[in-house]
Amino acid sequence: MLRMENVSKTYRHRGHLVKALDGATLHIAGGDFVSVVGPSGSGKSTLLLMLGGMLSPSEGRVLLQAASVYDLSPRERAKMRREKVGFVFQTFNLVPYLSALENVQVPLFLAKMEEKAQKDRATALLERVGLADRLDHKPGELSVGQQQRVALARMLANDPAVILADEPTGNLDPETSQQIIGFLEEFNTEGKTIVMVTHDPRAAKRAKRTLRLQDGAITCQGAGEEAGWQPDSAVA
Amino acid sequence: MRLRTLVLREIFERKSQLLTSFLAILLGITVIVSIKNISHYSELAVAREMDSLGANVLVLPKSATLQDYYAADMQGETIPEEYVTTLAMSDLAGLDNISPKLSLPVELGGKTFTLTGILPKSEFQAKAAWQGAGIFSRPIGCGASVGMMGSDDKKTLARKRVIETLEDNEVLVGADVAATLGLKEADKLDVLGKTFSVTAVLPQTGTVDDSRIFAHLHVVQDLSQKGPVINAIEVVGCCQEISKGLVEKINHLLPDAKVVTVMQIAASQINVNRMMSNLSLMFLVIIIFVGGASIANYMYANVFERRREIGTLMALGANSGLVLRIFLLKALILGLAGGIGGYVLGTILAVTLGPKLAGVIVLPMPLLALLAVGISVGLALAASFFPAWRAARLDPCATFQEV
Repeated sequence: MLRMENVSKTYRHRGHLVKALDGATLHIAGGDFVSVVGPSGSGKSTLLLMLGGMLSPSEGRVLLQAASVYDLSPRERAKMRREKVGFVFQTFNLVPYLSALENVQVPLFLAKMEEKAQKDRATALLERVGLADRLDHKPGELSVGQQQRVALARMLANDPAVILADEPTGNLDPETSQQIIGFLEEFNTEGKTIVMVTHDPRAAKRAKRTLRLQDGAITCQGAGEEAGWQPDSAVA
Repeated sequence: MRLRTLVLREIFERKSQLLTSFLAILLGITVIVSIKNISHYSELAVAREMDSLGANVLVLPKSATLQDYYAADMQGETIPEEYVTTLAMSDLAGLDNISPKLSLPVELGGKTFTLTGILPKSEFQAKAAWQGAGIFSRPIGCGASVGMMGSDDKKTLARKRVIETLEDNEVLVGADVAATLGLKEADKLDVLGKTFSVTAVLPQTGTVDDSRIFAHLHVVQDLSQKGPVINAIEVVGCCQEISKGLVEKINHLLPDAKVVTVMQIAASQINVNRMMSNLSLMFLVIIIFVGGASIANYMYANVFERRREIGTLMALGANSGLVLRIFLLKALILGLAGGIGGYVLGTILAVTLGPKLAGVIVLPMPLLALLAVGISVGLALAASFFPAWRAARLDPCATFQEV
C-alpha cells in the first residue's frame, strides 16, 4: 500500500543544512496500523507529510498503491490526497466558521459531490461518531473531544484507503484519547491502512506495528508490543 | 457546501475586519458616482445655456473684430464661401454646427436694418461632396447642439442658428424689423429691388438678430454683387474641443481668416467641466491608492490568518486553483458590494446635493452603475490578486507545524 525507498529530506535553516529524514526505507501493507514514535525533531512529521504527498523528498521515492507520489503533477497529487488519503490533525484543523456538518462536507465538496448527497453523507458520518445532535454546532461550540470526532468524520468523508493521523490524541484527555484510538482501530478493522504519529505510549501500543525514528532515521520496526518502546521524554 | 457558501460564511464570520476595506471602496465609489452624476447634469445645463447663446467660435476676415461682428457691420471685409466647404470637409472634432453669414445694411421704412444671408441645412446635404465627410454626419460632440438640426420650424433660427430649408424668395424677419415695418407671416417685403415672402417672424432675442432680415445666402450674395463671399462663419464648437485647441486647429486650416472664441461664453463651461473632470480624476486616483492599498493589506492579513485553513484544505485535496478562486471570489463579492452600494449612495447624494451645489436638477444615471461596479470590482480583483496568488502557493506543511 505505502512504500518509501531510501528517502531523505534535507533543508537549509539559517545557513545550516538540516537532515530531517535520512535514507528511510519502509513498507506498509494494506490494512496495517502503524504508529510512529520518536523524540521531537526526529522526523516523524516529515515522514507523515511525505507519505501524504505534501512534502517532496530530496532523494528516494514514495509510492502509494504502486504510484510514485512525487512523479505526479501537483493537480494529480491533490486528486490522490482527495481520493485516497485522510488526514487527522493534532489541533483538528476544523474550519472555525463552518458548522460540524459543513466541515464534514468540505472534502465531499472538493470531490464535487452534489449538495444533497454531501449533506446526507456528512450527517451519516457525524451520527457514526456520536454527534448527531451537534450537526449545526460550530467548532468553538464543541468540546475538544467532539471536535476531534468531527475531524474523524471529515477524514472518513471520501472513504480513504489510507489514514494519516498526526498526534490525534495530543490535545485530548486520557478517556477521550481512548475513544479516538478506538475509532481508529474500528476503521482499521474495516480495512483502512493507518499511520499514526504519536507521543502517547498507550496509543502507540494499540497499533499493530511501531516505527521508531531517531535523528531522521528509522531505528526500530516491530509489532506494537515489541517495538522497544521508550517514553519520548527519555530521549527528547 | 459550495464555493460561494465557503466564501460568504468566512466574510460574515470576520466582517469587522473587512469593514475598513469595504468602507474605503464604498466611500470612494460614492464620491466618484456623485461627482460624475452632478457634473453630467451640470455640463448639460451649461451646454443648454451655451446653445441658447449661440456660436462660441467665429471665423472672421483677418482685419475684423468681435465688435464688428456684434455690430453686424462687416460689409467691408469678406472671406471666401469655400472656407465653409473646407471646414465642413475637415476631420476636425468638436464642430457641432457651422453657419456662414453675409450681412448687408438695408434701408426699409426710413430705418437701417441688416440683411443677412444664411445657408440652410438642406444646402449642405445637397452637396454630394460634403456628404459622409461633413459635420452633419459626425456624432455630436458635447451635446450643445442636440436637436439643432432636425426642426422644420424656421423660428428655431433665432436660438439654434440653423434652419432646415430656405427658398430664394423667402425671408425670416427679426422681432424689431417686424414691429417697425408691421410685418407678419406671409406678408411681402421688397428688399434691394427683390420681393420676398415673410416665412416667419422670429421671437425677440434681445440681440442684434432682432434687427436682421434673414434670406438665402446666395440670394444676398447676388444682391450684394460681391460674388461667393461671406462675412463670418459662426461655429458652435464643443467646449471640450475648444479647450483642447480647436481654435488653433481652425486657424491652421484657414490661415487667411481670423478665428476667435467668444471667451466669456465658452470659458465658464470650460472651467466648470474642467473642475468637475479634475475632481473626478482626483478621487479616482485616491480610491485606487487608498482603496487598493486597504484591500491588498486586508487580503494579505487574511491570507496570513487563514494559512492553516488553506493548508488543511490542501491536505483534504484542494488544489491551488481552488484556493486562488476562494480569495478572488471574496474580492469579487467585496467589489460588487462596494460598487453597488457606492452607486446607490452616490446617486442619493447627487440627487440631494446637486441642486444645492451646482444649481441643477440631477437625475439618477443607470449607466453610472456599470462604471461604479467596473471600477470597484476591477480594483478589488487587482488588489487581491497577489495575496490570492500567495495563498495558492502556500506551503501546506504549515498545517503540521505543531508536531
